[in-house]
Amino acid sequence: MICLQLFFSFLQIGLFSFGGGYAAMPLIQGQVVTQHGWLGMTEFTDLVTISQMTPGPIAINSATFVGIKIAGIPGALAATMGCILPSCIIVTLIAKLYLKYRNMTVLQSVLGSLRPAVVAMIASAGISILVTAFWDGSEKIRLPDTDWSLVLIFVICIILLKKFRMNPIGVMLLAGVMKAAVSAIGG
Amino acid sequence: MKQKKEVLVKLFLSTLYLSAFTFGGGYVIVTLMKKKFVDEYHWIEEDEMLDLTAIAQSSPGAIAVNGAIVVGYKLAGLPGVLVSIVATVIPPFVIIALISVFYNAFRNNWLISQMLEGMQAGVGAVIASVVYDMAAGIVEGRNPASLCIMAGAFAAACFFEINVICIILVCGLIGIVRTFLSKGGEKR
Repeated sequence: MICLQLFFSFLQIGLFSFGGGYAAMPLIQGQVVTQHGWLGMTEFTDLVTISQMTPGPIAINSATFVGIKIAGIPGALAATMGCILPSCIIVTLIAKLYLKYRNMTVLQSVLGSLRPAVVAMIASAGISILVTAFWDGSEKIRLPDTDWSLVLIFVICIILLKKFRMNPIGVMLLAGVMKAAVSAIGG
Repeated sequence: MKQKKEVLVKLFLSTLYLSAFTFGGGYVIVTLMKKKFVDEYHWIEEDEMLDLTAIAQSSPGAIAVNGAIVVGYKLAGLPGVLVSIVATVIPPFVIIALISVFYNAFRNNWLISQMLEGMQAGVGAVIASVVYDMAAGIVEGRNPASLCIMAGAFAAACFFEINVICIILVCGLIGIVRTFLSKGGEKR
C-alpha cells in the first residue's frame, strides 16, 4: 500500500520535472515534504546537500532515500521505478518518432516556455532551503531567531561561487567546516 | 547476434561507469556520453547525438536517465533502453541506500550535524547562484511573455503556495498557445 503511494508520488515527479538538474527539486519538495510529510524540511535539505555531493540525478537519489526511510528496499525500488517509468515511455516514444521524422520543434518550443517557470520554482525551493537554514525550519520568521553565522556563511559562499568561480562541492564542504568551526569556538 | 550482445555489454559497462563517476548533474553526463559514444566508439553521428541530447533535455525526467534511454534505444532498441537504464540507476541507488542507512547515526554526531547545518547555507548559495545565472539568461532574452511567466510562477510558488504540478501544466499550456500564436504571426 505504502509502496504504491511511493510509486505514484514519484511517478508524478518523473512526469512533471522538465529541464533537468534542479528542476525536480520543487516537485520533490511538494510531494515528499508538503503533501505526504515523508521528510521534514531539514531532512529534505540534507537530501539536496547529499545529492549535490554524490553522483546521480536528484530525483533518483530522493526516490531511494525516501523509499528506504518509509518502506525499506521495496519502497526504494517502487519509488525509483515510479520515477523513471514516465521517462522510459515518453523518451522512447520521442526517440522513435525522431529517428523516423527528425523533427521536434514543438517539443523544444514548449520547453522554451516552461524554462522561466522552472527557474522561478527552483528559486522558490531555494528560498525554503535558506529559511530552513537561517531560522531552523520554524514557521515564523523572526529577526532575533536568525542564525547570523549561517547568513554570513551564505554570503561568503556566494562570493566564492560568483567572484572566484569555486567548485560548488568545494564551497559546500567549506560551508560545513566554517559552521563547525564557529560552533566549536562559540560553544 | 554475438555482435548485439557485445554492444549491450559495452553499453551497460560504459553507462554504469559514467553514472558512477559523474558529479554535477545531467548536462555533464550528456556531454560525457557524447565523448564516449561519438568520439570514442563512433557508434553515433555527431549531429544525431546533438538531437538525441536535445530530446533528453526537453523531455520530462532526469536528464541522465533520459540520455541513457535515447542512446540505448538508438544503439540496441528496447533491450538497449533496459540495459542502459539499469546501469544508470544502480550507482546512485546503491550509494544513497548506504548513506540513508547511516543517516540517523550521522545526523546525531555533533560534528557532522554542525557541518550539515553549515552545508545547508552552502547549498542555498549554490542554488541561488544557479538561479541567478538562469534568470539572467531569461532577462537578457528580453521576451516580455517569458518575464511574465517567470514573475507569475514565482509568486504562485513562493507566496500563494500553489501546487508545482499545476504551475507546470498552466505554463506548458501557455507555451503551446504561444507556439500557435507565433506561427500565425509568421504566416501573416
